[in-house]
Amino acid sequence: MNQPGETSATSTSVADARAAAATATMADAAQAGATEAPAPARGWSPAGVRSRNWARLPLGLIIPAALLAAWQLASSSGLFTVVQLPPPVMVLEAAGELLERGELGIHIAISTQRVLIGFLVGAALGLVLGATVGLSKLADALLAPTIGALRAVPSLAWVPLLILWMKIGEDSKVTLIIIGAFFPVFTTVSLALRHVDRNLVEAARAFGLKGIRLLTTVQLPAVVPAVFSGLRLALAQAWLFLVAAELIASSMGLGFLLIDSQNNGRTDRLLLAIVMLAVIGKVTDALLGLAEKWAVKRWA
Amino acid sequence: MTTVLPSRSAGTALGHAAALPLSFRGLRRTFGTGSAAHTVLRDVTFDVAAGEVLAILGPSGCGKSTLLRAAAGLDSPSAGSVVIADFPVQGIDSRCAFAFQEPRLLPWHTLQANIAIGLPTGCSASEGKAKVARLLELVGLERFAKHRPREVSGGMAQRASLARALARNPGVLLLDEPFGALDALTRIRMQDLLLNIHRVEPATVLLVTHDVDEALQLADRIIVLGNHDANGPGATIVRTVEVPGGRPRDRADAELAQLRVSLLQTLGVDGH
Ligand SMILES: Nc1ncnc2c1ncn2[C@@H]1O[C@H](COP(=O)(O)OP(=O)(O)OP(=O)(O)O)[C@@H](O)[C@H]1O
Ligand SMILES: [Mg+2]
Repeated sequence: MNQPGETSATSTSVADARAAAATATMADAAQAGATEAPAPARGWSPAGVRSRNWARLPLGLIIPAALLAAWQLASSSGLFTVVQLPPPVMVLEAAGELLERGELGIHIAISTQRVLIGFLVGAALGLVLGATVGLSKLADALLAPTIGALRAVPSLAWVPLLILWMKIGEDSKVTLIIIGAFFPVFTTVSLALRHVDRNLVEAARAFGLKGIRLLTTVQLPAVVPAVFSGLRLALAQAWLFLVAAELIASSMGLGFLLIDSQNNGRTDRLLLAIVMLAVIGKVTDALLGLAEKWAVKRWA
Repeated sequence: MTTVLPSRSAGTALGHAAALPLSFRGLRRTFGTGSAAHTVLRDVTFDVAAGEVLAILGPSGCGKSTLLRAAAGLDSPSAGSVVIADFPVQGIDSRCAFAFQEPRLLPWHTLQANIAIGLPTGCSASEGKAKVARLLELVGLERFAKHRPREVSGGMAQRASLARALARNPGVLLLDEPFGALDALTRIRMQDLLLNIHRVEPATVLLVTHDVDEALQLADRIIVLGNHDANGPGATIVRTVEVPGGRPRDRADAELAQLRVSLLQTLGVDGH
């Protein structure tokens, strides 16, 4: 509805000299604002971020490269036996061999699947329960002590019970990962919701927002950064609990590869499993980090 | 001085509001209990006619914002009540719109989306969009529609907050120092804008201000809040002034100048 007639009508509506002067100043101010406004955005321009990232990547690779060199040196100098510390090349060969037999792919796929399902379910539960406890005093009084007590149980203590109830299958492993992913999300979300700017919530309520609309318009956006730090913690926990679950009882997955290689004295495969865990863990965390960056820019 | 906002455009773009009468009845507000109890307002009783513009003056901390919050139902009084058009305010009242002392815009929304939050329920999407566009233009922010609050100045954010309140077409418009962060010229323009909008679609306006001149320019009536310590703690109405003459008013008017001096005196005497 930007009818030109209205624009001119508005400016003539303040027809005395004083108002005319004011209009001119407003226009000037707007002009100045228009040229100034993008300035802060320039610091965030994609080009700026990218150039900084280009510098970061090689810097971040220095230490892994040094570690690799030290590893090579330590194994070739005879400081360690091949069983204790096989050289990098042997690990690479082990990777090639397992890849060819299709085993490595299966181990990685099943582990990733367990982590993803456990992480998604655990995080979703954490989000829902965290929001409930963070928003409702009643729910807080009702649930917080119980959840706090459950959190105090070292999570591995659940393993025997889970195996008893669900047998040694996917369910028990995924459930353990769900437990691991749940608590970081639950804790960060419930705490953050309690600290949302009261003035903003009040303003939104004054304009008739309540219930779900208030939640989605004000409270959830306000806690997006906190939610993502909770999610990243949860993802790290998920990988931790995956390995725990697979070490204890499994016939597939990277954790199984670890324990199986230990039993067979295949240190090369053992190291391979560790490297794979590091790489996949880092990649999933980086993906989540990208989502976080986008979300923080969008919501904060 | 002819200041006519074309009724066609304002009428169609902003919709129609029915101004509502409002009355404060024996309002008291005490914060805290026991030894920490602290009475801010007491015995506040006054009526505002439908469509009247009432300015509220008073020293900082005397309870002006608290008074507006009671009218909006954001705060419940310790005693007494606020009645809008025969129905007492109980809880957040949809007949009011509030422009807060601070802009209180959602940082993750554009100015446009922030203003849209003020739209009354039952406003269709296209209607709402047109109305927001019109308001952005009226407060001089049409080029900043897509900016986030942190990308605009404090005064621009305050104008957006005013637009959000105007979007509601309320029966009662509660303005808490809406022009506080504006430079002198933008302030005058926004004051004119308020008068224009008020003329086209009268709402009952409660305007809190620190600026005696602003009160004299805009209001039909001015109340001054202050403490009379002899009567116990808490601020109450110490003076009511009918402002003579229709709007817009001549800033150099002698009678207004006299009123100004006397109001400043009242504020000086009662200010702490
Ligand atoms: N939630 C609260 N709890 C305790 N005291 C409060 C609360 N809200 C306001 N007060 C007190 O009420 C008094 C009046 O506050 P209010 O914000 O209404 O003042 P004001 O007249 O709007 O001041 P200003 O002109 O500086 O905005 C202050 O002394 C303040 O400390
Ligand atoms: Mg105030």
